[in-house]
Amino acid sequence: MRSKLVATLAGVSTLALYSSMAVGSKYNFPEPQSVIAKDIYDQHIWLMWICLAIFIGVFGVMFYSILKHRKSLGYKAANFHHSTTVEIIWTVIPCIILVVMAVPATKTVIAMKDTSSPDMTIKATGYQWMWGYDYLQGEGEGISFFSKLSTPRAQIENKAPKGENYLLEVDNRVVVPVGKKVRVILTANDVLHAWWVPALGIKQDAIPGFIRDTWFTADAPGIYRGQCAELCGKDHGYMPIVVEVMEAGEYTKWVAAQLSASAIKTSMHIENK
Amino acid sequence: MAAVHGDAHGHGHDDHHPSGIMRWVTTTNHKDIGTMYLWFSFAMFLVGGTLAMGIRAELYQPGIQILEPELFNQFTTLHGLIMVFGAIMPAFVGFANWQVPMMIGAPDMAFARMNNWSFWLLPVAATLLVGSFFVPGGAAAGGWTFYPPLSTQGGLGVDLMIFSVHILGASSIMGSINIITTILNMRAPGMTMMKMPLFVWTWLITAYLLVLVMPVLAGVVTMLLTDRHFGTSFFNAAGGGDPVMFQHIFWFFGHPEVYIMILPSFGIVSEVIPTFSRKPLFGYSSMVYATASIAILSCVVWAHHMFTAGMPAVGQLFFMYATMLIAVPTGVKVFNWTATMWRGSMTFETPMLFAIGFIFLFVIGGFSGVICAIVPIDIQVQDTYYVIAHFHYVLVSGSLFALFAGAYYWIPKWTGRMYNETLGKWHFWLSMFFFNLTFFVQHFLGLAGMPRRIPDYNLQFADFNMISSLGAFGFGLTQLLFLYIMINCIRSGEKAPQMPWDGATTLEWTHLPTPAPYHSFETPPIVK
Repeated sequence: MRSKLVATLAGVSTLALYSSMAVGSKYNFPEPQSVIAKDIYDQHIWLMWICLAIFIGVFGVMFYSILKHRKSLGYKAANFHHSTTVEIIWTVIPCIILVVMAVPATKTVIAMKDTSSPDMTIKATGYQWMWGYDYLQGEGEGISFFSKLSTPRAQIENKAPKGENYLLEVDNRVVVPVGKKVRVILTANDVLHAWWVPALGIKQDAIPGFIRDTWFTADAPGIYRGQCAELCGKDHGYMPIVVEVMEAGEYTKWVAAQLSASAIKTSMHIENK
Repeated sequence: MAAVHGDAHGHGHDDHHPSGIMRWVTTTNHKDIGTMYLWFSFAMFLVGGTLAMGIRAELYQPGIQILEPELFNQFTTLHGLIMVFGAIMPAFVGFANWQVPMMIGAPDMAFARMNNWSFWLLPVAATLLVGSFFVPGGAAAGGWTFYPPLSTQGGLGVDLMIFSVHILGASSIMGSINIITTILNMRAPGMTMMKMPLFVWTWLITAYLLVLVMPVLAGVVTMLLTDRHFGTSFFNAAGGGDPVMFQHIFWFFGHPEVYIMILPSFGIVSEVIPTFSRKPLFGYSSMVYATASIAILSCVVWAHHMFTAGMPAVGQLFFMYATMLIAVPTGVKVFNWTATMWRGSMTFETPMLFAIGFIFLFVIGGFSGVICAIVPIDIQVQDTYYVIAHFHYVLVSGSLFALFAGAYYWIPKWTGRMYNETLGKWHFWLSMFFFNLTFFVQHFLGLAGMPRRIPDYNLQFADFNMISSLGAFGFGLTQLLFLYIMINCIRSGEKAPQMPWDGATTLEWTHLPTPAPYHSFETPPIVK
């Protein structure tokens, strides 16, 4: 019996050690890059502490009991079977803990839903299996392109070594300026998709025939990667989302280049007619 | 399992049932039917488990090795459907069939012939489901939640799945009506509602949930069927419908369904813990009220599966608060079990080990459940491996571990033979180890951003996926040990003593011989 207990404790502590290793590594939420993502990150850590405290409390009592109150030690069973006071206490305490958890979450929900007065608006359309982007309003208005997985087939079929951004790279990135409130409008062309960029703290389903919206403001320039998060058929795993956040000046240059390229395309199109 | 009853025969004067296969086809005996339910669900568990092995084999390394993406989606879809509808639910109905009449002092189920029919529908449904792999276009590949419009795109496999769900639903409704009627009308004199064993209580409440929500599921799959073939547009925006409406209706069924799979586990654990603690269950009436509140709350939280589908802030907040509230009655249950163990005189045979393992891991699943209830965090973890980890903690180490606890606990009563205790403990410890190896790491995969239902992933997820796959293979193999233990017990187990567990207090232990005779309680016992 003793040896089993030691084995259990060893198991539990290995588990704990192994989880603590993951904290702060790439196996936690990615480093937050927006206000909302930061809120989510902090609340998650905070909840983990609360859960840990409850865990230690409940299982401390239970494992003490398992250790001490066993027949093999000659422990005689008591015969109590209820206590109204205790039962009220352990109903009320969880309620209080839940309220403590709900308050910051409520604030974040309200902030997440506030898509008003954006600096720019981008429409993302889910297709089987790629994303289409249209810059609807703000600097860059009129830009429109598709964004497809750019990982070569050979890597997927294990015929070539896989790169660092395997399955998280696209031909055309969504480019946005840093520090600007970007409203993203979502819809889909065929089936459900979901537009998800973990570092920016947003995920929203794209629903065919309907419009949904969400928003983000990126804190720092960089490249942030995500994936479609709603099963959309065969190539669901192959429609990543890559957002590139640029400094305002560079963004302006990017917009100019895009607009002139599309102007050339349009004029060629007209000449060909 | 014919051997089970070999020595139980000759008891009843009206015991003229046919022999061989016809015994099982025509039986109206609750014990026979219970046995068939249990074997059926174990067979389905192996089928669903094989699919899981396929999924984990593909995910063992990045890149596509074994399953092409389309087939991978068929595997994940059928794994979910088979495990939920084929393995877990029928297993609990099997326990209800065996145990409810014996625990309330009734001779059989109220509707004995309907009982036979509700079982024999299952193999038909299972054939449609498993057979759909072999039709043109293969099985359904839209996930076990079969959201349209994706599920409108599939081929014949989707139609087979829809019919299969219809049949399974009919079977469940009949089964639950039978259980409700039995419990309400056939209790032994003196057994008032508040004296019923907790397993009976949890099943009564579960059965009401089933009657409430299975018709909703039947309705939604029918709407999907008419959308697919008869030109309706319930879920098609181009025709004035709404794909999100499907999700609302589906989850109105789907969330209570989660509790349908866990409430009877609470019941089993509430029988096992007091027995092996040699102490009455702490807070019996609060257990009953907690079960009822969980059932009621489970009907008003469905949209927490849809936080990313887009709904008003007020909607998100309502469903968040309601979901968080479920933690209260669930917490009460965990505290009650702990208080039952407190100052008991515990022994740790296999059923007790599985029951403690259940509490330990179910609480972890409960914590991740609260975290998923918080809308902002859920926005990040929804449809990722975090959610996969969460619901396997409540369904595998929750429902399945409780089923194991129940099987080891009652097998002496059912067969008159003891299982091999050493092997039983091996089964527990190996399951415990491999289960955590498989699913604990998936929390991190989800947090780091690995979506669910993908056949291939970025290299940053490679190490934990490999660990998870190794754990899954180990877990799968361990369950073959369970099969061996059970067959070994039935065929050549040691003879069980009249009362193998000295702390048991329910009627089947105190008022019936071991093994239980083929017909029990022809005259009802008097409960004081």
